[in-house]
Amino acid sequence: MEAFYLPFVEFGFMRRALAGSAALALAAGPLGVFLVLRRMSLMGDAMAHAILPGVAVGFLTAGLSLTAMTIGGMVTGLTVALLAAAVSRLTPQREDASFAAFYLVSLGVGVLLISLRGGNTELLHVLFGTVLGLDDAALILVSATSSITLLVLAVIFRPLVMECLDPLFLRSESRMGPVVHVVFLLLLVMTLVAGFQVLGTLMVVGIMMLPAAAARFWSVTATGQMILAALGGVFASYAGLLFSYHANVAASPAIILSAGILYFMSLIFGTQGGLWQVARQARARSLRLSRISRRDE
Amino acid sequence: MPDAAIAVEELSLGWREKVAVRDLSGQFLKGSITAVVGPNGAGKSTLLRGIMGWVTPLSGRIRLTGESGTTPAFMPQQGDFDRSFPINTRDFVAMGAWRRVGPWRAFSATERERLEHALQAVGLADFARRPLVTLSGGQLQRALFARLMLHDADTYMLDEPFSAVDRATTEDLMDLLLQWNAAGKTVIVVLHDLDLVRRHFPQTLLLAGQGVAWGRTDDVLTPENLHLARHLCAGDYL
Repeated sequence: MEAFYLPFVEFGFMRRALAGSAALALAAGPLGVFLVLRRMSLMGDAMAHAILPGVAVGFLTAGLSLTAMTIGGMVTGLTVALLAAAVSRLTPQREDASFAAFYLVSLGVGVLLISLRGGNTELLHVLFGTVLGLDDAALILVSATSSITLLVLAVIFRPLVMECLDPLFLRSESRMGPVVHVVFLLLLVMTLVAGFQVLGTLMVVGIMMLPAAAARFWSVTATGQMILAALGGVFASYAGLLFSYHANVAASPAIILSAGILYFMSLIFGTQGGLWQVARQARARSLRLSRISRRDE
Repeated sequence: MPDAAIAVEELSLGWREKVAVRDLSGQFLKGSITAVVGPNGAGKSTLLRGIMGWVTPLSGRIRLTGESGTTPAFMPQQGDFDRSFPINTRDFVAMGAWRRVGPWRAFSATERERLEHALQAVGLADFARRPLVTLSGGQLQRALFARLMLHDADTYMLDEPFSAVDRATTEDLMDLLLQWNAAGKTVIVVLHDLDLVRRHFPQTLLLAGQGVAWGRTDDVLTPENLHLARHLCAGDYL
């Protein structure tokens, strides 16, 4: 029994890790739900990579400084977000194709820049985060960002839902559509930049998309999915940290893998379109059909 | 002579090189119910979008003379929105109250009453809690009508509202349109079914890239006019 909480009682770094990743998950999950609903799952990935060159430039100029890397990440993240939005509005290029191009280039540029000055340690730090080494500044950054994200999400919730569900309708009712879209992208970049401190640019998307994709199998309302995604992310953080402590493996992949297990469990057992349920319904239907045809004979 | 709800003067609409509507002049009278008919590519949807202000006129003018000068309530063609979005029917219909509740105001008791009334009027009262994705095509169209109804606008514009629904639903929803019209609303509907137009619409606008005829339905839907309209539109693609 003690194995489930003792690591967090004994070690400050475990408590910090849990606080940081849970704070991140609370905001990342709801954002992820909207990415899934807008069929922009890849977009989260692209944005997380878009942060990398900026972080790298911050690292080149100031070393492993939280401020420099955060500012750099925000700048490139926002640039790519707005560029991509413009590209998909102005050209017939499909959104996913331009995003794939953006993120592959960003990844290359980012890794190249970091390797100019840093070694493998720094590279690992940026790509996979330092969830077990969060200092006060990083913790404050993550919690502040998550709080702001949740508050702003609440403020724009109604128009954001309308923008996802029926953009034409929102357009006929108000001019808020584009504003809401940009605010949403801003929140996304903010959360990803804050999250890269915790899980790294490669892993941070996982805590955003996996709980959101899992929540889809349990709830038929957007609100329900957002709550479940946030809770699922917090649980994955806890389970992942615990596993990484006991099995002595890297923490951020363990967190993402826990979220992954959550996803696959939901995929199989979910009550809203999970495989198990679908199979059972199909069997019930064929049984009913065969009964009817036997009666007809 | 009654006032015009919407008047267009020598209006041309289109995108870049392609002109979809050319030199159209005329008016939708206040409290009238008008069918807009014409072959595919005749510019019917473009005209409605122009009235909504979504397409800037290449030339000419559109005047909206509603009491508060507000834009009409508009129902675009089906298939323009995400049917699988996780939301229940009541919340979906409630979107129609946007002009009064906006992004933050709560739904007052009056507003909730309106919502229930709209759901009842389209026959979806029992489906209020059902997820949107479980509705059939006809039920979905009813939900869209309920949402439109909640606007309480002076003018309603609908783009092919009956293209994907069965006869019974069409009859029910057509009755609703006539009720709105009887209550003094201006109604403009893009339609394909000429029999339906002849039965229910006193006014018709026949479009074919330009106005072919606009006025009393009997005067507009003559064999000569229809032939001319088909001819004009075919020419566009030759």
